[in-house]
Amino acid sequence: MNYQLNEEEKMLQKTAADFANKSLAAVAVESNEKGEFQDDIYKQLGKLGFLGMTVPEKYGGVDFGNFCLALSIEQISRVCASTAVAISVHNSLTNWVILNFGSAETREKYLPLLASGEVLGAYALTESNAGSDIGAIQTSAVREGDNYILNGSKLFVSTGDKAGVVIVFARTDTENRKRGLSAFVVEPDFPGFSVGKPEKKMGLKASSTVELVFEDCVVPVANLLAEEGKGMLIALSALDGGRIGIASQALGIGQAALDEAVKFARGRVQFGRKIIDFQSTKWKIAEMATKLEASRLLVYNAARLRDSGDISTKHVSMAKLFATRAVNEIVYDSLQIHGGVGYTSEFLIERLFRDARALEIYEGTSEVQKLVISREVIKEYDRILPD
Amino acid sequence: MKIIVLLKRVPDTEAKILINSEGSGINEEGVKFIINTYDEYAIEEGLKLKENVGGDSTVTVVCMGPEESTEIIRTALAMGADNAIHICDAALDNPTPDMTATLLAKAIKNNGFDIIFCGKQGIDYDMAQTQAFLAEKLDIPQVNIISEFAISDDNKKAFLVRSIEGADEKVEADLPVIISCNKGLNEPRYASLPGIMKAKRKEIKKLTLTDLDSSGVPAEKDSTIIKWLSLPKSGECKIIEGEDFGEKVVELARLLREEAKVL
Ligand SMILES: Cc1cc2nc3c(=O)[nH]c(=O)nc-3n(C[C@H](O)[C@H](O)[C@H](O)COP(=O)(O)OP(=O)(O)OC[C@H]3O[C@@H](n4cnc5c(N)ncnc54)[C@H](O)[C@@H]3O)c2cc1C
Repeated sequence: MNYQLNEEEKMLQKTAADFANKSLAAVAVESNEKGEFQDDIYKQLGKLGFLGMTVPEKYGGVDFGNFCLALSIEQISRVCASTAVAISVHNSLTNWVILNFGSAETREKYLPLLASGEVLGAYALTESNAGSDIGAIQTSAVREGDNYILNGSKLFVSTGDKAGVVIVFARTDTENRKRGLSAFVVEPDFPGFSVGKPEKKMGLKASSTVELVFEDCVVPVANLLAEEGKGMLIALSALDGGRIGIASQALGIGQAALDEAVKFARGRVQFGRKIIDFQSTKWKIAEMATKLEASRLLVYNAARLRDSGDISTKHVSMAKLFATRAVNEIVYDSLQIHGGVGYTSEFLIERLFRDARALEIYEGTSEVQKLVISREVIKEYDRILPD
Repeated sequence: MKIIVLLKRVPDTEAKILINSEGSGINEEGVKFIINTYDEYAIEEGLKLKENVGGDSTVTVVCMGPEESTEIIRTALAMGADNAIHICDAALDNPTPDMTATLLAKAIKNNGFDIIFCGKQGIDYDMAQTQAFLAEKLDIPQVNIISEFAISDDNKKAFLVRSIEGADEKVEADLPVIISCNKGLNEPRYASLPGIMKAKRKEIKKLTLTDLDSSGVPAEKDSTIIKWLSLPKSGECKIIEGEDFGEKVVELARLLREEAKVL
């Protein structure tokens, strides 16, 4: 099936696949084993244009859009989902937020650096008491003359210690829970910025996840995005794009898990037969492939919708909910087909299994996606049904 | 400098090749087609030469093949080639290297050329003849299977290394020259995203047999593939189990006589 890809989309998909199969595959196993972030890989990705995929040409990007970003993340995730985390956050959160909410000056200052990959982007929303509930954010931003002074700390910031640009959400109004949040563009060399402890994660080991600490951190007023109080709106609208990225990660991990399962089952003999000839294996393969295909259609459709400018919140959340659940079922079955060796780091499925788990958590847990979907669906009915 | 790179569309190296039921060719169903692997080194070397020489140098890719070859031509353009010539005509049915070279020579002559890069062989038919015919038709030297390339400061001489069994051969050749490239010559670049954007706007000149005037193309094939045959299935390996060595030898002799019938 070709998913109606045009010539350009096919070429882009091929570049992403070739890069994943050659350059990335050469370092993926070791960097995941050692938990090393591959600076050089991001330099190469930047040169190829993968770090400016939603940025217009005038800011040094290539503006291929969300669908092409999804295709790229899918291919990269087949080989190293950790790398895909940074690509996704960088493009669909950091770049996107600056492009859509930054002043002309902010866009000109930061986007060319980000789009070329000269610096990486991060997105600092989560705090110890504010995960799904971002209204509970406590990091404060107080205006003093030409600056805001930030105090507080952020947790689980992907690429936080490697980034040159971090979008930080902080409270400018303590009274108003929802409209009291604001978003800032913060550079790591602003006074008062420091990197705290790294998380010891179960998977995604070649991506870096850290705490960021702000102690009287001085941020110029020009680095406020949009205006005070727009933080919640910015955070939520960016996540619509980010969630397509995470759902695309599910496609790549799922494809790799299916590939591994079939390869393994064709070779393994028990009771005098290849295990792929057992009906129980075939049924697993059928289920895995079908779940993957359904996920792909949901994700591609959501990405195309977002590119076309249609409101896509519901479709994006459906894609994220379904694809990230499906991939966890797929890696489960693939590991089961592998038997004991699947539980060892000798086989790729062990890493895929661990990496897949995070997908149902970050950028909105599955439960949060259900809140979003049900809210949208019920709203549609409210509009047509009598009170 | 006018740099020409030859390009061929071939089945993916990873594709499993099955013969069609009539035995007249391969079954193309589900087979992915790619740029001939060795041609990728040719593209890279052409692009490097252009970057090195600078000025108004151009890299023109020349491809003869079916309509679908546009896909690989665009990829070469996205890698950085400036324009392309695509010789495409439904009347072309599995042309021999002689026929191919005659047509390529016409297109290349019309375009102008200072140096031609190609792969050392097509990974489909593995004949490695087209470049030799082409050198003859254009009356220029050919150096094949090269693993190193450099050019003189006045751009008139190529310095080449051919890796042969157990030794390296250093060769000098006057331009214009046709050079067939081997693995190891370079690391082909990826088609970058900005490259893909630009490729859209680059010209692919389509030429049919009538455009090229097919005089001089051999009317008859000098060789024809009569039939394609699948490889015989390799037999299953039989392992004789048992503890007693003597019994196993007796069993082996029996199998060789009665089943394999070689004794
Ligand atoms: C590898 C990794 C990378 C990350 N990267 C980033 C990053 O770059 N930037 C960033 O800001 N954050 C990042 N995060 C944080 C992530 O976004 C949060 O973990 C996520 O939003 C969930 O928040 P929480 O962990 O506080 O869980 P909680 O919100 O405490 O949720 C715990 C459980 O309660 C459920 N729950 C909560 N509220 C409701 C409700 N109203 N109804 C039903 N169920 C509910 C949740 O679904 C979940 O099952 C990352 C996390 C991980 C694991």
